[in-house]
Amino acid sequence: MTALILRRLLLSALVALTVSIVVFGVLRLSGDLAITLAGERASEAVIQEIRIQYGLDRSLPVQYAAWLGDLLRGDFGNSYYTNEPVGQLLADKLPITATLGLAAIVLAIAVAVPLGVAAAVWPNTWIDRACQGLALIGQAMPAFWLSLLLMLLFAVQLRWLPVSGTGTWKHFVMPTLALSTYAIPAIMRLTRGGMIEVLQSDYVRMARAKGLPGRTVVFKHALRNALLPVVALTAVQLGFMLGGSVVIESVFALQGVGYLAWESILRNDFIVVQAIVLMLSLFYVLLTFLADLVNAWLDPRLRAH
Amino acid sequence: MAGIGVFLVLAVASIAAPWLWPVDPLAQELTNRLRPPVWLGGDWMHPLGTDDLGRDMLSRLLHGGRVSLLIGLSATVISGIIGSALGLIAGYFRGRADSVIMFLINARLSMPLILIALVVVSLAGSSLQMVILVLGFLLWDRFAVVVRAATLQVRGQEFVLAAQVAGASSTRILWSEILPNVFGPLVVVATLEMAHAILLEAALSFLGLGVQPPTPSWGLMVAEGKKHLLFSSWMINIPGFAIFALVLSINLIGDGIRDIAAPDGRH
Amino acid sequence: MALLDVDSLSVTLPVAQGDLLAVRDVSFSIERGETLCLVGESGCGKSLTAAALLGLLPRNARMRSQRMQFEGANLADSDVIRGLRGRRIAAVFQDPMTSLNPSYTVGEQLTEGMRHHLRLSSSAARNKALGLLERVGIPSPAQRYRQYPHQLSGGLRQRVTIAMALACDPDLIIADEPTTALDVTVQAQVLRLLLELQSQSGMALLLITHDLSVVAQMSHRTAVMYAGELVESGATADVMRAPRHPYTRALIDCLPRHGVEKLGTIPGLVPTVLDSPSSCVFADRCRHTRIDCTTAPAPVRGDGTHLWRCIL
Repeated sequence: MTALILRRLLLSALVALTVSIVVFGVLRLSGDLAITLAGERASEAVIQEIRIQYGLDRSLPVQYAAWLGDLLRGDFGNSYYTNEPVGQLLADKLPITATLGLAAIVLAIAVAVPLGVAAAVWPNTWIDRACQGLALIGQAMPAFWLSLLLMLLFAVQLRWLPVSGTGTWKHFVMPTLALSTYAIPAIMRLTRGGMIEVLQSDYVRMARAKGLPGRTVVFKHALRNALLPVVALTAVQLGFMLGGSVVIESVFALQGVGYLAWESILRNDFIVVQAIVLMLSLFYVLLTFLADLVNAWLDPRLRAH
Repeated sequence: MAGIGVFLVLAVASIAAPWLWPVDPLAQELTNRLRPPVWLGGDWMHPLGTDDLGRDMLSRLLHGGRVSLLIGLSATVISGIIGSALGLIAGYFRGRADSVIMFLINARLSMPLILIALVVVSLAGSSLQMVILVLGFLLWDRFAVVVRAATLQVRGQEFVLAAQVAGASSTRILWSEILPNVFGPLVVVATLEMAHAILLEAALSFLGLGVQPPTPSWGLMVAEGKKHLLFSSWMINIPGFAIFALVLSINLIGDGIRDIAAPDGRH
Repeated sequence: MALLDVDSLSVTLPVAQGDLLAVRDVSFSIERGETLCLVGESGCGKSLTAAALLGLLPRNARMRSQRMQFEGANLADSDVIRGLRGRRIAAVFQDPMTSLNPSYTVGEQLTEGMRHHLRLSSSAARNKALGLLERVGIPSPAQRYRQYPHQLSGGLRQRVTIAMALACDPDLIIADEPTTALDVTVQAQVLRLLLELQSQSGMALLLITHDLSVVAQMSHRTAVMYAGELVESGATADVMRAPRHPYTRALIDCLPRHGVEKLGTIPGLVPTVLDSPSSCVFADRCRHTRIDCTTAPAPVRGDGTHLWRCIL
């Protein structure tokens, strides 16, 4: 078991390293960073100055090593735009996005799992069809349009919620709703599929034959086994949602990490963007690692091996 | 099946745009700004109204559809080729190659799509071609996973063994024995990824880092309409709904193909 | 009053080509403490009969019966059967690998029925469970109690399933091919166990199997099923020693015996009956077919408790 954990850990670390290389590479190689920073009409001299100032004149591997070294010491550099330490910026904005993400995934699970179970327990009824329809709609809906529609309904017409901004819990309601639609369809479909399969298994038949009440059969016996793949999926979805937070936060002007990323991209403040992308990736790697652990804990058969 | 119908309507309409509705999507008529669509009091000169620069919405919608379809198709082809190649290699050769490719897939999955796309586009310049390239090089992971799984299934079958015994080269086997048999799942993934690409392009354009004005793109139209949310909400709703309808129809087609190919209801 | 009384049970399954009459007019009864063996090839409808009794037919199946009673209570009523399942009527299924939930311990699965039906406390249930494990011959019960199903061998798992069936002291156990998935050596042990338990507790046993050799050792009475119909039933001694239906005779011929070199076989395949049959179901494979066999369904003839469905 510990061997499994260690192997997973090592793989995750490797993935993290690869991601850092890609992130670094993407930034350095998609265009001359110095030109972008200096502005398109800057003179060659200015560009060269900027190169030296930001260490862009060194060879790529050297730059990478320096960057990595800084990172490991916790130094994320300073914003090109405001010159504040990037680490501080991130620390300020992180709680907002974290709250949004957590609220959204909790909402997604709270909505999708019961619906998936209902669709599986009563297949081919209106419940099942409604759930599948919901999943289809959720998957096809552009998040930014949905956000605007929510705004239109709740903020403009009904005036229940503030249109945009950050501040009170009310500012989080619409973003949470919109963000959860990233995850609801997939979770619901997987829950439904898993439940349908499990409900036809021999041990569920056995549980029914033992005369256990329907509720127990569905929740204790079936759901427990059907939920296994959903755990891993939820971790993956949370990772996607964090990426999608850029869109949602920018529409609602919610001052989280996603909004910061968008602003920074527009301002060419790439050192901030770099850090954010890296952070989100690392978080995703951590999530999948945890999901594996939870899987192992839930399935006794995996534990022994 | 409804999916096919809707999709065909949208696709044909978009492709045939210049003949169907010969109004220049870029022509500004500043005296005719913000006219509402027909059902809200407008006139048939501009059935879907005009935007804040007086441009005809219907025309922009149709041309925007061309953009979405073009980007969706091209990006899917590129990512499909990359992903399928990786999936075939991983599934057929297994061992080292498989581990490496799985690792790459995991690494790619760890990276937030939209952000990376945004970064690349903002650095390399946003244009139609750039968007296609970026999406094409980012969306290959699901292709790889599905094709790999299908390849694993197919490779153990007898006709593959027969070809191996007959001395056919691996490339040949992959191309003539395995590829035709993973076609089913491949097509299904292709439709889903095309829908995904279209949604992503719309998001990028909405954020201002996709297709650049004045080229019409549905995402861009929604962004432009945002300023007039209060009184001219049709400006975001018409393009928004168009995106929704197109993506939904593609998803339905994908589901339909999957049902035909594997009618036992799994997944 | 018989413990279990079934009169004219029919089960219809919708399939691609129409409606499959998987079980047709099956009637039998079981007295307290008695063992009835239901014998037949795979696909003859015996498992569906068991499922019908337990109220566990697939969703799209339709069931009809003149009478299906357990101690007078109507089993066709889903509320009734739900109250009896696990408590008065218990089940043992074929594959112990898959009949136990891999995510819960043996102990948990043993005691949940007891806690639900008998309202026992956890500790009382645990004690009873340990006792049951011993009774079914599982060594080191306390250790096995804590283990997960995948940690037990097939034979042990089936013993656990039997223990689960006994948990609430049922009056009837329906065992659907309980030994088929086990090794041959283990099969004999499990069958012996069932016999012992039955004589100890005085419960009735409906044993479903395709293996005639099992029948001979185990049961008081035997019913033979073919293509959804009961073709012969009676005291085991009568049926085995003086079979009246050609199918039963053929089945017995197929058993390996001392001094017989060549095993008998029955040519042909089991038919799937889509509509009400207008002839004897066995007609096309029977050695003694006559014209009358193909024009009308076979009549039921009898000699005391020994019944068979044949013109002869």
